[in-house]
Amino acid sequence: MKTRYMNPYLAGFFLGLVLLATIFITGRGLGASGALKDIVVASLAAVAPAHAEKSTFFGTFLGAGKEYPLKAWLIFEVAGVLIGAFLSGIISDRLKVVTEAGPQVRTKPRWLFAVLGGALFGLGAQFARGCTSGAALSGMAVLSTAGFVTMIAIFGTGYAVAFFARRLWLSPKEGR
Amino acid sequence: MGPFVPEPISEQLNLVVALLLGIGFGFVLEQAGFSSSRRLAGVFYGYDFTVLRVFFTAAVTAMIGVILLSYFGLLDTDLIFVNPMWLYPAIVGGIIMGFGFILGGYCPGTSLCAAAIGKVDAMFFVGGGLLGVLIFGEMFPLYKGFFVSSDLGSVKVFQSLGISQGLFAFLMIAMAVGAFAVTTRIERKVAPDSAPSLAFSGFKHTAAGLGVLALGGVLIFLPDYKTSLTRKTTNPAFIMANPVVEMTADELAFRLVDLEPQIKILDLRSADAYTKLPLPGSVNLAQNDLFGREWSSLLSQRRVKKVLVAEDEASERTAYLLACQLGYENFVILKGGFLDFDRTILNSAGYVPMGNRWDEDVRKFREDAKLQLQKMIADNKTPANKTPKKEKSIQGGC
Repeated sequence: MKTRYMNPYLAGFFLGLVLLATIFITGRGLGASGALKDIVVASLAAVAPAHAEKSTFFGTFLGAGKEYPLKAWLIFEVAGVLIGAFLSGIISDRLKVVTEAGPQVRTKPRWLFAVLGGALFGLGAQFARGCTSGAALSGMAVLSTAGFVTMIAIFGTGYAVAFFARRLWLSPKEGR
Repeated sequence: MGPFVPEPISEQLNLVVALLLGIGFGFVLEQAGFSSSRRLAGVFYGYDFTVLRVFFTAAVTAMIGVILLSYFGLLDTDLIFVNPMWLYPAIVGGIIMGFGFILGGYCPGTSLCAAAIGKVDAMFFVGGGLLGVLIFGEMFPLYKGFFVSSDLGSVKVFQSLGISQGLFAFLMIAMAVGAFAVTTRIERKVAPDSAPSLAFSGFKHTAAGLGVLALGGVLIFLPDYKTSLTRKTTNPAFIMANPVVEMTADELAFRLVDLEPQIKILDLRSADAYTKLPLPGSVNLAQNDLFGREWSSLLSQRRVKKVLVAEDEASERTAYLLACQLGYENFVILKGGFLDFDRTILNSAGYVPMGNRWDEDVRKFREDAKLQLQKMIADNKTPANKTPKKEKSIQGGC
């Protein structure tokens, strides 16, 4: 069965409604990168507790009076994201273990670039206090200046460097 | 009135809510096609603008929703989390993320969706994300100062630009619709055979775009809930049409001296003026506080007669009408405002005889009341100026 995606405007409308419901019910927005931080904090606290407590960054999330890092709103939300996406994959018949890459990129380099991209995103999201979901999308919905600044910085940079990364995504003919 | 956390939804139940909302988030992202890095990267090369369409439609939808819910008094926007801004860290972080997007082909949220349906590259991206956070934390002392620099707080974008919220909403909608139209052209040019927009019905999409623009035009003229209610209750015609219950300075003095329990003074004067002269058993709040939740338990006590006190009677009338509009009852205003009370009771030496037989009684009553009240005020000044604890706005973010 050929997979078909939802009309993007309709999907955007539904996504907006999910975000609106989140703001309306809980008073906060959606996110993703914050959960990554919680996982790192919890793992570090489990593997090297002394080091984690001493860390000027991770230490602020640990210690007396702090909730266990994995008992966080974003952790539960992200667990939901995984479930929701999986359900959608079942319904639309898109469950498949596969590596997706541009026409000129082989599997192993693609993995390398994915790790690199992920690491940059994880790093950048800490500076900006959020990623595309938590800072840009949710921030724009509540009209925070931070949301717009972050969105412009992410997409502006993407366009500025797209030319240099064209071989990652385009075929030789398209990329020239 | 939303939000419903921490009351009535507890922090525990909120985690269940998080799971359910997350399911919705993940489902929609996957249905939109955000689980494909090729599609996501397409937005930067012009062959697939799905990301832009979904992203901006979602942001505009939620933004309009927040504005409308606030206008109809269903959502208190003072309590929702507005992302605070550290300007330079936000820009630097955004630039780093931009590089991450183009190299990795995902952002954190979309990578989770893609990983959930089996994309191996997305799993590597998620792993990379964890690594990135670890690196950030380990190297934190290097940029500790920068991380908290240029702190501008929870500023809103229309304030930064110096325009009204409604006008900004309209401009954003116009920009989104304009961007949709332009990018569809670009997409069809770049990928004449495979552009996703080839499947769109031109008529329906144009109609929808115009409809949203029209809605945006309405938003320009839509004040927020608080502004519109305040405007209504300061309108002379509305004030004329809605009489208020008054209490004279003498009556208030009598009841205060009598220590009547079923009466509460809500003092709307400035905090400074209040600290200098706090009437016995009174609380100090601003007119804007009537909208909030922290005073609602007091405001909604129906059996307690709540006396609104301000410097002048006009402010009391506005507060009275506002409180009634908000659904509270049993208010009275102090006739002549605090100025009159101050003149006739607290400084009763200057009593002007009215020329009738009660003159002496009134003068004597005021004299006694003055002495007693001065003592009560002095007692009241000393310790616990008890204001209920400020309701904290919700913490959030990524």
